[in-house]
Amino acid sequence: MLEKFLLVAPELWRAFGETLLMLGIGLSAAVLLGGPLGVILFLNGSGEPGRGRSIGKVLGWLVNTVRSFPFIILMVALVPFTRIVAGTSIGPLAASVPLSCAAIPYFARLVEQQLHEVPRGVIEAAEAMGATRLQIVTRVLLLEARSGMVLALTVLAISFLSYSAVAGVVGGGGIGDLAIRYGYYRFETDVMVITVAILIAMVQLIQFGGGRIARRLDKR
Amino acid sequence: MTASVPVIRVERASKAFPLPEGGRFDAVREISLDVLPGEIFGLVGRSGAGKSTLLRLMNLLEKPDSGSITVAGQELTALGARELREARRRIGMIYQHFNLLANATVFENVAFPLRIHGAMNAPRLKARVAECLELVGLQGKAGSYPARLSGGQKQRVAIARALASYPTVLLCDEPTSALDPDTTRSVLDTLRDINARLGVTIVIVSHELQALGSLCQRAAVVEDGRIAELFDLRDHSVPRKTSLGRELVYHAAEAHAAEVHAGRPPGELHA
Repeated sequence: MLEKFLLVAPELWRAFGETLLMLGIGLSAAVLLGGPLGVILFLNGSGEPGRGRSIGKVLGWLVNTVRSFPFIILMVALVPFTRIVAGTSIGPLAASVPLSCAAIPYFARLVEQQLHEVPRGVIEAAEAMGATRLQIVTRVLLLEARSGMVLALTVLAISFLSYSAVAGVVGGGGIGDLAIRYGYYRFETDVMVITVAILIAMVQLIQFGGGRIARRLDKR
Repeated sequence: MTASVPVIRVERASKAFPLPEGGRFDAVREISLDVLPGEIFGLVGRSGAGKSTLLRLMNLLEKPDSGSITVAGQELTALGARELREARRRIGMIYQHFNLLANATVFENVAFPLRIHGAMNAPRLKARVAECLELVGLQGKAGSYPARLSGGQKQRVAIARALASYPTVLLCDEPTSALDPDTTRSVLDTLRDINARLGVTIVIVSHELQALGSLCQRAAVVEDGRIAELFDLRDHSVPRKTSLGRELVYHAAEAHAAEVHAGRPPGELHA
């Protein structure tokens, strides 16, 4: 087993890097685009006093539609788009495109859900003090929901670690890809065991780190 | 009362809410009301009578369906969004459940209204926050988070926050309903104190008649979205029409007697 490990170590290392790359791009897109989208969904959602509710409805419909796709179908369906963005449809960079597309609406919903946890009265108090909508978002909503959002990001990271493995099917690379190629197609069980062990360790680490940060941010 | 210009003027204001099963609920029906500068004005009524809605009309947290609201000479109902935000700086509000930012320290909570209006530089802001915390007796708690404070302390932080931007009016929505009797008394003392020292006009909604009886100069009994009666608590020349009104006068007389008995001139602060 050790011998085998040393044999695949370089490839394992490369695959690990690819996984991190895919996760990094996907999660960055989720935070940078999905986060604001979640805020917009919240502000224009039902029960919230917001202008342009129809915007909320349209965006909500769009989010639901993208989230309806099984990930593997989304990946295939997005191939032409991926080619335009990444220049190719194979490799970890290309796989990051559908990963991001799936992560953005997913995170948006998680953020929206977390913002609903902020007590209505606290938002109202800010309103009564003369805060603008933007100030309510930045100084109230994001502050009060911050630990929940870290937990949401943790959930997202773990889901997308396994999504990135699916990306291996179309040559996406990464640890999951390694598991499928060696462990599944070539029946090399020990490689499969090693990759699964690495994935388990990553999930535990992400969960532990996310939980810790969230607890530290939560002063309630 | 002398004929001074009212600091809050509610004119024929109405507010109805749509009910989930259709139809509507008339919370406030064509109420007109003047609150005079420097007084402590009580609003009493059974739950659902419309007293909280009436209070929330005064800073336009609820927009009236008809009628007008004027505070400190400014007709709020005629203002644009930007001017309304500006006007709200001068209208403080405290709530039953305090509504503090849980993830912000006491200092940051009190600094909040100052920061959102960007009106002060850092040293002035710091001094103002310290001043307000001292006013409510919470100096030394600036670095604490609300979760570490008792209910009474949280309400004091809320009062300090409401006072930070020099309000002319302080609206209190059931400020002591979540507090025990001892804490209630001390929070009421704080309110009485800032009214006396700063001259801030206070409008307070509560179902605790004893608290209102000891605190208010005038009160209105709200019934079914209308003002059933409005009177001076020390005026015994006319019998009160409503049972809430009679109870309130009784508690006011009792509080007055207790003060006299304790050898203090009426109206002076409790220790």
